[in-house]
Amino acid sequence: MRITQGTFSYLPDLTDDEIAMQVQYALDHGWALSVEFTDDPHPRNHYWHMWGLPMFDLHDAAGVVYEVNECRQAYPLYYIRVNAYDASPTRQTTALSFIVNRPPDEPGFRLERQEHVDRRLRYTLHPYAADRPAGDRYPPTMPER
Amino acid sequence: MPTPGGTDQESTTQGPTDPAARSRRASPSRLPADATVDLAAERRASGIDEILDTLDRELVGLAPVKTRIRELAALLLVDRVRQGFQLSASRPSLHMSFTGSPGTGKTTVALRMAELLHRLGCIDRGHLVAVTRDDLVGQYVGHTAPKTKEVIKRAMGGVLFIDEAYYLYRAENERDYGQEAIEILLQVMESHRDSLVVIFAGYKDRMESFFSSNPGLSSRIAHHLDFSDYDLDELMAIAALMLEREHYRFSEPAERTFRDYLQRRMRQPRFANARSVRNALERARLRQANRLLAATGRTWSRDDLMRFEPEDFLASRVFADEST
Ligand SMILES: Nc1ncnc2c1ncn2[C@@H]1O[C@H](COP(=O)(O)OP(=O)(O)OP(=O)(O)O)[C@@H](O)[C@H]1O
Ligand SMILES: [Mg+2]
Repeated sequence: MRITQGTFSYLPDLTDDEIAMQVQYALDHGWALSVEFTDDPHPRNHYWHMWGLPMFDLHDAAGVVYEVNECRQAYPLYYIRVNAYDASPTRQTTALSFIVNRPPDEPGFRLERQEHVDRRLRYTLHPYAADRPAGDRYPPTMPER
Repeated sequence: MPTPGGTDQESTTQGPTDPAARSRRASPSRLPADATVDLAAERRASGIDEILDTLDRELVGLAPVKTRIRELAALLLVDRVRQGFQLSASRPSLHMSFTGSPGTGKTTVALRMAELLHRLGCIDRGHLVAVTRDDLVGQYVGHTAPKTKEVIKRAMGGVLFIDEAYYLYRAENERDYGQEAIEILLQVMESHRDSLVVIFAGYKDRMESFFSSNPGLSSRIAHHLDFSDYDLDELMAIAALMLEREHYRFSEPAERTFRDYLQRRMRQPRFANARSVRNALERARLRQANRLLAATGRTWSRDDLMRFEPEDFLASRVFADEST
């Protein structure tokens, strides 16, 4: 199941050229860019690992694309995203955040039901990938299920 | 009109190292193989003449440097037109080294170079990031690589200008972190040729020994430009340019005094060519202001406020040293 998170999530994955163009758009607006990665696809997982520090004072997308590629090389089977932070006083928030790398095989989520008082049900999502230990969640070829 | 080659169409897919950078670059529209191009029109459209002319106007002397820049501009322009015919050749290597004494205009030319390369579509942004050893080399193990990469990322799309580059390499200490910075540079100069131009600058003799101990660097640099010292007439012309920009002028005797001043100054140690001229003029401004304020009981005209007199220079230490 292809997960969809962040900006452009319902589009097909961006090509490298498109990534560079989006990054340039962000740079032209003066937003600081950062690269993050994780192997926990839960939608409420907000704390991805930082790939280096956020990048300030860049002029050209090539610098960010370079870091994306470095991160892809180190973590080819992880989710990687690019964030653009708008620091202007009235906004001060993430202006743009999109996925630039994903594992080849995404097993998806199961719906869990928890019995609660008075036979009420509580629902939660559980990523199948999280069954495996962190760091080992997306082996190059997933085991038979 | 010259019609470049255009016989057989090479359909080479020999990839540029950085496809993203290449495709974002404004490439001229595709032309059929039997088309002809008007190079003069291309030239006008690119606006390089504007830059080359301001270069001629605002920089005195430096004939060999200017010639080389013109040649380079021609090559890059023709290269771009060739791309229109899908006659792709690898992009010419643009890394350069500028050698010359202090104040011979290396930094100034590097700035212009960034603009020129931008106009020619070789780099996407056209900014200049000027750094020295301190900006690239870290203080402890593991500090250098991120620091160097940070600088490189900032310079991408523009020109990375490394002043006094020989400080990167310390022959006496083989564990010096500078070596690590050089290695990263070597790698990026090759792999990101399309998004980054590196210019090394420094004094000639020390740059030469720097390059001879780092042969990998030297072979990646296609253009070695040498900035020669200015002669007296050129220095006077530079002074005239600077004065004009600042709305000052010499009185006739003051011009002779300044010539005399420069002659003496050139013989002294730590003479820094055009920068010494600039500094001398700055100090003259100071003395002129004090001269004007000291004289009481009269009024000054616009021309008085613009004019330097001999005494604005005669008070200089350069003259004092001679008399003692
Ligand atoms: N040919 C020239 N015509 C006019 N002005 C010049 C010329 N060359 C240098 N200058 C002026 O001299 C000053 C010093 O030049 P610049 O900083 O480019 O020297 P540099 O070669 O980089 O010196 P350093 O090696 O000490 O860094 C600048 O203000 C510049 O405008
Ligand atoms: Mg300089």
